[in-house]
Amino acid sequence: MSHETHKVTNYMAIFWWLGGLTVVEVGYSSVLPHEHKAALILGLVGFAVIKATMVALYFMHLKFERKSLGIIVASTLILGCILVGVGIAEHLLPRP
Amino acid sequence: MEAQAVLVHERFDEETNTGIPHDKMGMWVFLCSEVMFFTGLIGSYIVLRFASPFWPQPSTVLNVPLTALNTFILICSSVTMVQALAGIRAGNPRKMKLFLCLTLMFGAIFLSIQGVEYWKLLHEHTEHYPHGFNPHASLFGSVFFTTTGFHGFHVFCGVVCIAFVTGKALLGKYTQASHQGIETIGLYWHFVDLVWIVLFTIIYLI
Repeated sequence: MSHETHKVTNYMAIFWWLGGLTVVEVGYSSVLPHEHKAALILGLVGFAVIKATMVALYFMHLKFERKSLGIIVASTLILGCILVGVGIAEHLLPRP
Repeated sequence: MEAQAVLVHERFDEETNTGIPHDKMGMWVFLCSEVMFFTGLIGSYIVLRFASPFWPQPSTVLNVPLTALNTFILICSSVTMVQALAGIRAGNPRKMKLFLCLTLMFGAIFLSIQGVEYWKLLHEHTEHYPHGFNPHASLFGSVFFTTTGFHGFHVFCGVVCIAFVTGKALLGKYTQASHQGIETIGLYWHFVDLVWIVLFTIIYLI
């Protein structure tokens, strides 16, 4: 088990990062003009991915778990990305 | 009696093929299925939004500051949950009980705020939605209520489970050596928080 390894994790630091990033995210979406769609989407999705990764790694302790568990979770995420990617590609790719 | 004690002891030091306790592994497998469930919902949202000629800017319909506050509350509940686990692992049941109660409170506040948000959306008449913003009002309304509603249902289930775990904690059922229940429900709770982080960005901000 990984108790010894992750008892030193500074959960409050992660918490302030998550809170801070949420404020930055809301500010970014309200400041950036919505005509710059690509910059808006890339920036906001980037912030969300960073926050979600922090929750998974530190709060769900994935960082300290066995590699096999990481592989199970990663494979699910890859399949999920393919599912969403195919949907987006259908819209973005030129139609015959 | 002695045999029973040995059995109980073995239960906590159980060796598994994966090296991960069965209940924790079961929760992770369940969460993987939940990833696919929410991917389906988020994927549908993205595809419908791309394909729809008219899609209102979410910030003109939804209350972003209120939901940002709600997001912060859910993050608070995640940190209190992990602190409860850290408390019992350090042999501090008082800390565990306090933080479990706080998690329960934050979860209930999140649901209450979401309820207020829904009520306002359904009953307030705007220029775009003169009969209120509801699932029948538009494609956006339909996808919004389906996605956030399913997430809200998950939060509700989490609050019920945390209430159960908190009850057990208050009765002194968890010890430094035996607290798998807290870790397992904690995983579910953090996942619900993680999903909300993604939903908040995609539905409210983009």
